[in-house]
Amino acid sequence: MLQIITQTMAAWVIPAFIFCSLVYAFFKRVDVFDTFIEGAKEGFATSVKLIPFLVGMLVAVGILRASGAMELIIIQITPILEIFNIPGEVVPLAIMRPISGSGALGIAAEILTSKGPDSFIGRVASTMQGSTDTTLFILTVYFGSVGIRRTRHALAVGLLADFAGFVGAVVICNMVFR
Amino acid sequence: MINLIWFSMMFAGLVVAALTGKIETVTETIFSSSENAVGIAISLISILTFWLGMMKIIEKSGMINIVVAILRPFANFLYPNIPRNHHVMNAILMNMSANLLGMGSAATPFGLKAMQGLQELNGDPETASDEMCTFLAVNTSSLTLVPTTVIALRSAAGSLNPTEIVGTTIVATFCSTAVAITLDRLLRRFYRNGRKGRKR
Repeated sequence: MLQIITQTMAAWVIPAFIFCSLVYAFFKRVDVFDTFIEGAKEGFATSVKLIPFLVGMLVAVGILRASGAMELIIIQITPILEIFNIPGEVVPLAIMRPISGSGALGIAAEILTSKGPDSFIGRVASTMQGSTDTTLFILTVYFGSVGIRRTRHALAVGLLADFAGFVGAVVICNMVFR
Repeated sequence: MINLIWFSMMFAGLVVAALTGKIETVTETIFSSSENAVGIAISLISILTFWLGMMKIIEKSGMINIVVAILRPFANFLYPNIPRNHHVMNAILMNMSANLLGMGSAATPFGLKAMQGLQELNGDPETASDEMCTFLAVNTSSLTLVPTTVIALRSAAGSLNPTEIVGTTIVATFCSTAVAITLDRLLRRFYRNGRKGRKR
């Protein structure tokens, strides 16, 4: 049941969203195509800007994996993760996600290409990547921009919420995709 | 922080490779991984170009204002102490909508504007106010309905159904946001404002 709901939702949400946006814009007399082009122009630069981050991270993760170091780390922490049913392969992603957005994106990309985007691990990694944001980056930039020095409980809340998101991702993926 | 992490990853990888006699795989991996990275970035161009185009339409048509109207009651619940028609509320709502629609790059400028507004209402300019902490809790846990980047990444990796994770992502994102809001409410007492009664 849950699987049917999520899959139907997944199939419909984006086409419906595009349809509504276009119809609304058309009746508001927005020059839809010109506007589309205006925004779309940024796509190339944004993607190309990711190349250095992706190369740096994918090489590091690649070496970590090829050397067998990744396995050593995963073996060490697997017992703890088994309590929460978190697959070992997504551990590097869970660690990187709150720290660096581009780093996490690199690791997620690496998992998706090596394990396959439609594998269970690939789905868990996708859900994790999509469900939280880069806590450290947001705290630094947002507080930094207005000169806040005492950030109180913000970091603790951000990290604990990330952890809750990861556990939630694993639990829901186990329910839907298993 | 990121520097230390990257260094540790490279260091651990190289040392373990040397110790386990797999040193010849290192050069090989550098080539294949960086080629892979560029490949991913190139395939991201296509889908990102499309979505950024759509986002511009939503912004220009004013459809984003509808989302803002829907979110207003939720924002009033989260920030009861902000005066109803203070301009900071608009920035907060725009930031929330951008996050919901998976427009990460649009969320940040609205977020920074909201922080400036919250700073005007803040009594102690060096210490985060309750509203700032709530705002950051909502932002770091990022309530997302359309995880655009992940969908793009999945289709770039050759997924047969790139959007099948939308449902699970919504559930996971609700988990983290609910925990963030609850913890923010609970912890704010223990981490009090400014000089008076700082318990830490």
